[in-house]
Amino acid sequence: MSRPEGEGLTRRQVAAGVAAITLVPLAPGSRAAVAGDQISTALEKITGGVPVTDGRVKLEISSLAENGFSVPLTVSVDSPMTADDHVKAIHILSEKNPVAEVVKFNLSPRMGRAKVSTSIRMADTQRVLAVAEMSDGSFWSDEAHVIVTLSACIDGG
Amino acid sequence: MSMTSARIVVPKTAKRGEVVEIKTLIKHPMETGYRRDHRGQPIPRHIIQRFVATYNGEEVFSADLTQGVAANPYLAFSLLVEESGEITFTWTDDLGSTHSEKAEITVT
Repeated sequence: MSRPEGEGLTRRQVAAGVAAITLVPLAPGSRAAVAGDQISTALEKITGGVPVTDGRVKLEISSLAENGFSVPLTVSVDSPMTADDHVKAIHILSEKNPVAEVVKFNLSPRMGRAKVSTSIRMADTQRVLAVAEMSDGSFWSDEAHVIVTLSACIDGG
Repeated sequence: MSMTSARIVVPKTAKRGEVVEIKTLIKHPMETGYRRDHRGQPIPRHIIQRFVATYNGEEVFSADLTQGVAANPYLAFSLLVEESGEITFTWTDDLGSTHSEKAEITVT
């Protein structure tokens, strides 16, 4: 069994992720903090320092992905989606992909409900964060941890 | 360009005030720019960067995509149906090519 395209891509993404981590000069033993920093940096850029509160957002993504090539996700946000009170944007951030912000959805009250879906690539086992930007300027989030397995790699056949 | 076919799922009819789900899928490699070909040459990035949906001419939903989105990008979203009309979908890639689709929805 072989999956040449998916396997090759994922390996390179993993390699790129590892290179990015090792290039960051930080005290030894702080790898977890370094890896998480990509999300923090992206968040800072999105929010401009406004605190992000855990809640109102529901990120649905498999906790175990057989292949990081295409991982489906759905994000829904608790919002009336009216002109005065709605979700303006939803950002999907990854901890270890080469690009931290995977996709940004721009929403409007004409949607009636704040619910969107897509499929993303995942370079490695990692955290994924969904951040909702509200019309009142507040930010809410939900996060998930996804284990990415590559069963094709260890298949001796 | 490689943006040749897209599939959209839009209900043909809906009640006024109903929220419907719209699903879209477009054939596109979403080449990341991180891969190399069999000669070891880098394969240039080639991705859809932007998706826009309009409803009777007004933008209702859009997305900014990166190479982190899976090949053949799938996007689904909700729409509050207020009146009969036309929904358009436009995908634009980083080479500037675009692909558009249209659908009609009738309020019953």
